[in-house]
Amino acid sequence: MPDTTLTINGRQIQAQEGQTVFEVAREAGIRIPTLCHLDGLTNPGSCRVCMVEAVGASRLVPACTTRVSANLVIETNSDRVRDERKRVVEFLFAERNHVCAVCVACGHCELQDLAIEVGMDHVRFDYQHPHLELDFSHHLFGVDHNRCVLCTRCIRVCDEIEGAHTWDLAGWGTDTHVVTDQGIPWGESKTCTSCGKCVQACPTAAIFVKGSTVGESRKHPDEIGFLVKSRENLHCHD
Amino acid sequence: MPRLKFATVWLGGCSGCHMSFLDLDEFLFDIAAIADVVFSPVGTDAKHYPEGVDVCLVEGAVCNEENLAMIKKVRERTRILVSFGDCAVTGNVSAIRNVLPHNVYQVLERAYLDPDNLNPRIPDEPGIVPPLLDKVLPIHAVVPVDVYIPGCPPPASRIKEVLVQILQTGTAQLQGRDLQFG
Repeated sequence: MPDTTLTINGRQIQAQEGQTVFEVAREAGIRIPTLCHLDGLTNPGSCRVCMVEAVGASRLVPACTTRVSANLVIETNSDRVRDERKRVVEFLFAERNHVCAVCVACGHCELQDLAIEVGMDHVRFDYQHPHLELDFSHHLFGVDHNRCVLCTRCIRVCDEIEGAHTWDLAGWGTDTHVVTDQGIPWGESKTCTSCGKCVQACPTAAIFVKGSTVGESRKHPDEIGFLVKSRENLHCHD
Repeated sequence: MPRLKFATVWLGGCSGCHMSFLDLDEFLFDIAAIADVVFSPVGTDAKHYPEGVDVCLVEGAVCNEENLAMIKKVRERTRILVSFGDCAVTGNVSAIRNVLPHNVYQVLERAYLDPDNLNPRIPDEPGIVPPLLDKVLPIHAVVPVDVYIPGCPPPASRIKEVLVQILQTGTAQLQGRDLQFG
């Protein structure tokens, strides 16, 4: 039974305590864009794309980690939210080297789609152009840190679903990056099962199947949610 | 109505955006019916960018001293400056060299010395070969830009959409898939 009522974009919506604003909005057919959220995984609230306005709060809050409460009034599409969301996406493009024209994910990239959704026609911030490495040591997959948005989907899917915990974050600030087995080349990893879940979960071409060329990398992130649901069903039958 | 003064400029890019412009096919006749092409690598032999240009499409990033001088002149003399294609809007492939720590020298070394040319030598012709800038920049990092056309290259339909909007309203703002980079 619904046990609380909140307001999203002027609509009274019933929800259950413990649900997030993101979940409730989605059930009500209100789209909140996101990059780090992936069905079946925990929410780190790291990408800041799903920021919404909680009326009365001075700062915007991430919809994916904010729990619903009675009398909460949320705006998901105000001028302020749209401005902020666009700025966040521009920062993502400015931080690393996202050269869509020569990217294996071009045309099938969640970051590229997000830029379209927020109406980004140019980036107002200085591009950082960091010098980043590529890792082609794995026999099936490649890592291109130029395209990484640090959403941590790879880390979470590997830890929470595959149970291998090959991936992790290393470094601080602008030096933060994903690593395999605490920083050794992926191909030398003892924990990686080569299951490819990180490839499917990755929203850009930071992790991809080797041998793909421009525009050929098509991901299936929905498979992660499907897998989790299937497991839940399996447990029901036990 | 006075005829529109229309220009296109080619900075640090591969000319793909201009090839896409030529893909406008019959629409080029419509442009010619209302506009004079006063400067363009594909539309006129004019060597000097004139004063009083109404609309200019600028392809390419700002990569060298010549690009820098040119874009400043274009800005001064143009009412509506259109950043035309991914190199102009983001730096794109032209700006990949920015990741190299000593990018100018490394780029020249790789291009002119590394591959064992018959006569390995970094070109140095003051006044003829323009020196590279330290960093490749998108146009709006150098001068104010009025309209942006993403795409590598932007499809002809996208270029037409912008030109029609400019003719009808004096400016343009692309929407939806027309904003796709790459």
